[in-house]
This record gives sequence, C-alpha cells and structure tokens, in this order.
Amino acid sequence: MDGSVLSSYDPGAFWCEMLRCPANQPVRERLASLSVQELRERAAAAEAELYNFGITFTVYSEKDAIDRILPFDVIPRLIPAAEWAQIERGVIQRITAINLLLHDLYHDQHILRDGTLPRDLVLGNPNYRPLMQGVDLPHRSYVHVAGTDLVRDEHGTLLVLEDNVRTPSGVSYVVENRHMMLRAFPDLLDELGLRPVENYGLQLAAALREVAPRGIDAPATVLLSPGTYNSAFFEHVFLAREMGVPLVEGRDLLVEDERVWMRTTGGLAPVDVIYRRINDDFLDPAAFHRESMLGVPGLMRAYRAGRVTLANAVGTGVADDKAVYAYMPRIIRYYLGEEPVLANVPTQICREPEALRYTLDHLAELVVKPVGEAGGYGITVGPRASAAELEACRAKLLADPANYISQPCIGLSVAPTLVEDGVAPRHVDLRPFAITGAKTWVLPGGLTRVALRPGSLIVNSSQGGGSKDTWVFK
Amino acid sequence: MSETLLARYADCVFWLARYVERVENLARILDVNETFSRDSRGSQNWLSIVQLFSDEKTFSARHAEASAENVLHFYVRDTDNPSSIVSGIAQARENARTLRPLISTEMWVQLNMFHNRLGALGADELSPGRRNRFFGSVKEACQTHTGITEGTLHRDQVWYFYQIGRYVERADQTTRLLDMKYHLLLPRPRDVGSPIDVSQWNALLRSAAGYHAYRRLHSGGITPAQVAGFLLLNRRFPRSVYLCIRQTEMLLAEMKARYALRGGNDAAEVLDGLRALFSTLSITEILKQGLHEFLDLVQLRLIAVSRHLSIAFFGYQPEDTLEQLQQTQ
Repeated sequence: MDGSVLSSYDPGAFWCEMLRCPANQPVRERLASLSVQELRERAAAAEAELYNFGITFTVYSEKDAIDRILPFDVIPRLIPAAEWAQIERGVIQRITAINLLLHDLYHDQHILRDGTLPRDLVLGNPNYRPLMQGVDLPHRSYVHVAGTDLVRDEHGTLLVLEDNVRTPSGVSYVVENRHMMLRAFPDLLDELGLRPVENYGLQLAAALREVAPRGIDAPATVLLSPGTYNSAFFEHVFLAREMGVPLVEGRDLLVEDERVWMRTTGGLAPVDVIYRRINDDFLDPAAFHRESMLGVPGLMRAYRAGRVTLANAVGTGVADDKAVYAYMPRIIRYYLGEEPVLANVPTQICREPEALRYTLDHLAELVVKPVGEAGGYGITVGPRASAAELEACRAKLLADPANYISQPCIGLSVAPTLVEDGVAPRHVDLRPFAITGAKTWVLPGGLTRVALRPGSLIVNSSQGGGSKDTWVFK
Repeated sequence: MSETLLARYADCVFWLARYVERVENLARILDVNETFSRDSRGSQNWLSIVQLFSDEKTFSARHAEASAENVLHFYVRDTDNPSSIVSGIAQARENARTLRPLISTEMWVQLNMFHNRLGALGADELSPGRRNRFFGSVKEACQTHTGITEGTLHRDQVWYFYQIGRYVERADQTTRLLDMKYHLLLPRPRDVGSPIDVSQWNALLRSAAGYHAYRRLHSGGITPAQVAGFLLLNRRFPRSVYLCIRQTEMLLAEMKARYALRGGNDAAEVLDGLRALFSTLSITEILKQGLHEFLDLVQLRLIAVSRHLSIAFFGYQPEDTLEQLQQTQ
C-alpha cells in the first residue's frame, strides 16, 4: 500500500529541513494529503516538461549526451522568515567584506602589510591579477553576482562552505523550479505567502546600470557567453531574456579606441556593460590566454581605461580561493569590525605544517579539497574513501600540501526527497545569490541542491546532484 | 537596443527559416515520390530523388542500391547526411537554441519537441503503409512552426530576416521540384499526355500543394507548359517562384528603410533583375530557351542573393568562399 508523502519518511539522526521547524506545519499537512503515487505522477509530468523546454545543462564527461536535465525534486525545501533574515544579513556582510578585501588587495594592500592575510597566499595565487592593480571600479564593486554555499550541520547550525564570486551559476534553476512548482503543484503553494523569486533579472539589470562607466546614464548592456556548447548556456539564455539584453559571444565584439563594440546588421554599436560568463583567463587573448577563441582582443585595455564595466570584475577569484576562505572570519572582523553572522566550517590550511600534520593524522575523518578546483572535482571524503583512495590522497597532500585544505566531515542536513522506493532523506545545501550594484540585494531563498545518491554528500550537478524549489516564508 | 540586431542572430534566423522550409519541401517530395518514381513501365525509380539533390556520390558511398528503404533512410533518418530531415531539424534547432533570447518559448519548445520526436523515430514508421502518415506529421510540424512564428515572433528585424530566409528557400525548392520533372523524368515524346505523364504532373502539383489552385485556374486539363508556368510565374500561388522573389524583394526594401540599414543593395539589385526577368518572360519563351537552363540560372541568382545578404548583414567577408558561409550547404 502506498502511503502519503511523509508517512514512512525517517531522517534518522540527521537534521531534517522539513521536520525540525514548526513553521513548516502547514506544508507538512498539505503533503500528508498527497499520496506518493500522485506525487510521482506529477513529478514525471514536470520532468517531461523540463525536457521539452530544453532546460538542460551539458555534461562534458559523457560525450554523446550533450543535454541533460538537472534532476528536479518536487518536495520543496523550506526556510522560515527569521532564519532567512539571518542568512540574508550574513550573506550581505560577507559580500561587503569581500568587496572591501578586493579593493584593498588591488590598491594599498593594508591587509597584507598588517600580516592579517599571508602575502604569498594572495600574490602567489593564480587568480590574483596584477593587471587590476590601481584600477578604480564604480562603487568599488567587484563582486556583482555572488553565490554563497551554505550547509547545516547535525546541530542545526548554518555554516558557509564556500564563496563563489567569479561566475557562479544556478540562479536560472531557482526561477525555473518555482515556475514549474506553480504549474505542477498550485495546490501546495496556494496562499502560503512565499517570497517571490522572479524579479532576479530586473534586479541584476538595475545593479549593472548602477555600475556602468562614469557618465553613461543608459548603458548598453550585454551578456557574454562562451556559446551554445557551454554547460550553462541555458542559464545564459535565461538571464539575457530576463534582463532584455543581447546574448553575445566573443566573436560578436571588438575593441577600437579603447571602446567595446558589437557587430550588428546596421554596423558597429557601442557596448558599456558586459555581464560576462567567461573566466578571466579567456576574456582577452591579448592579456591572458593567447589561444583563447572565446574572448575579445583588447578588452582589458578598454576595461582598465574605465570605458567598459565587466561583471564580475577581473581578479575576484583570489577572494573565493579555498585557502583564503579559511581567513574569511578574520577578514570580516578586519574590514567591518563585526563578528561573522554566518560561521565558517573549521578549516585546516595544509600549507601550514601544523595543519598538514593534523590532516594527515586524521585523514579518515576529514574531507580533503584541492583549492583550485570547482564543481566538486578532486574531493576525497575520508569516511567514505577506500584504503587505496586514502593513500592516493596522502600522496597528493605530501607532494603539494599548499594545494589542499581539509575540513571535518559534516553530517549535512537532509530533506525528504522522492526516490525510487518512496520518500527518503537526502543531503542538501543552499546557494543564495547576491547581486551588488551600489549596494547588495539577496534573492530570497536560492538554489537548494540535493545529493540524489543515498548517503552522498556531493550535491554538484556535474556529480549526480539535483535541485529543489526553495521556499522562503514572508 | 531593441532597434539593433546582432549580425550573428540575423544569420541564425535566416537559416532557421530556411531549414524548416527545406524540411517541409523534402517531406512533400518524399511523400509524393511513390507516384513520381514510376516510369512508363510502372516500376519504381527512387534514384531520381537522389539525382534531384545531386547526392549521387554521398548516397552511393553508403548504399549499393537506390531502393525505397535506402533512399528513405538516407533522406529521413541519416544523421550523417546533412540534407536529411533529421539533420535539417537538428540544424534548425541549433539555430533556434542560439536565438532563444529572441524567439518565443513556444517556438523553441515546439522545435525542441519536433527534434526529440524525430530522434525517437520508430523502426517501422517508414514502412510502406505508414510513410504517408509520417510525412504528413513532418509537414504539419513544419507548418505548426510557421504558425507559432506568425503568432509570436516580434515584428522587428528578426522577423524580416526570418521571412526573407523562408521565401528564398521556397523559391529555390520550387525550382528544384520543377527541374526534377523536366530534367530527370523527361518524358519521351510518345509518353506526353499518357496516363503516366499526367499522373506525374499531378504529383508535382500536389507536392507543392498547388493541385487545387491549378485546377481552379486551368479547368481544361493538365499540360506541362501550364503546370510549369503556374509554379514559376503565377502571382498569387504562395509557392510560385515569382511570388517568392517578389516577397523577398519587398521585405528587403521595407526592412532597409524601416531600420535605416545601409547594406543589402547588392542583394536588392539581383532580386530586381530576377523580378524583371520573371515579369517579361512568358512560359513559352522559357521553354523555348530550355527550362533546365532557366532554372539553373534562377538557382545561381538565389545563391548570389544569399551570399550578398551574408556579407551585408551577417558579418561574412567578401572573400569568404561558399563553404565558409557557415551554413550554406
């Protein structure tokens, strides 16, 4: 017999996002009136819709499968209003500190001279861009779009796992997931009083106008994408549409007299603001990778001359480096004189001999991460690793300790998720998105990623993760 | 910003329209080929389709015999054949994918589903009893695309380039269709007016959806000259070459004026010459000159129009060869 959605759900010892909070009672009641069978039918219809809509991402490792749907779980993740207020405050605080840090690093470097942040950690970092030294940006805003990855531990405490301040992706799923829930489960959302998410594009467009080059009131904005084969191309389309701006590729742009132009049917048209979804390295073959076909030769010249705004700014990667992350609580205190609203996961910086020794001694209990990688690649989860994997990890650590950090293995919180044999707990994280023009705004909720494999802690879409709609109550 | 259009998008929308139009015409031709391909002895000749598209080389590299199964496989499901239905819709979808910021979600979803449907084509959907239904569904999907486009595509430059692409492709396809009958199935003098000959002319008209319109205009019966004249010169028939050229010319002039575009004069000049040719020549004169030669000339001029548009609006260079014009096959 098929019960209702939550009737046989048991999160065990993990913190459950659905059951732990009294504010979720109305939603739990609505779910109790749905059978698993009906949930499954509606989920299948929603999934078919995603496929027809072409809401897909690209997986590089499977060469014959270009388009895949980001698996979507129909049971929402809920955030009560008071908790959201704390997350919002914490994210704004963090982004403010990161912008102050970047301005300082690319100007007087007080924080390095004080010794609060080790000099070589910054200056030796491949994401530190000397070209940015002394460049003044409108509103001193470097990180116009940020995605801050949060997790919750066994005790219910929210922790920052990672800052993403280069070209974070995933926001399109936040909006599309909500649209899909509104179509498939109107009865579940009805009159709950949820914070809306669909004005993200307007907020971003407004913020980008604020940071346009000086003297330009109605800037021509474009979104620069690597093209249709990029894994996030769907999102680029989504954002260009939401903002009402052209989606361009490098070959559509050129630089003349330190100005950026795009090729149109009527000749060249000026470009003032570029929301770029291309990494620093590929932006300008004249300044970085010579062989890059994605970028625009001369773009850095126009940028440094203040004739065009790039969002995010060049060189922000030095701030979301996994090694710099460990210093973030100190960075917040240094620039803002405040205690962090959201704590870090305790982190060992393996470049420090003490931390390396600790990591090697506790390898089986720790998560070891390479500092340069994104997308969940190269991570060793100690408690789940085989003896051989642990040995391989040890060898890598000894060969290049500065490339690694380690963190305790956190029993991430779970949320009820529709799986093959019913509704079961799966680990989740949360990536709120923050937009910064003259000031910072946070999209209510964010992307909840869910590790669909039983027991898995890795939620990245490239590693078998899915997503959930995230509901913030008013 | 709404007044400017990225050159690359103009290229994509032009070819989006062309690929869908091309697939629709291909479905029409394959659909009526059962009738077409019977020679005077009643046996089937599917090779004529291969010859019509000048694909003899590629086809014979893959298939020993021009059987119905082989030819249909080649023109319907063969993903390695750039002129198959599957490839055409894949190309249309790729262009639509690039154009997603500009086209409606409905346009994209329909093309995406059409593409998915072709990718899941059943093994027996091309069997003799089911072919007709399949080609009907392809035609209908193409027409659905056109209808959604009519109802949802913003009437700015994008729309103009879409329409121009559609008419240029349609003009080209109609010349090929005529050429097939005249060049490849050239009747022996004693066959003219025979039941086989008449049924082939019928089929030709039907493949262009012109049978009934023709009947209304020419109640006297079917003559080769009148059918050719109808498909080439009729001023009201939506698939006649004349109408397509006239539409292209008008759309280009209107777009240039409305958006103050300086380029495109070369294309306008070629179109002007073509239209002049079509308004002065009668079908008798064309047949006297040789229909095949005339159709060849029209096809070359249409290629020239496409090339001039590519250089004026799509960002190509005058020295680019035909192959470099990214999407020209």
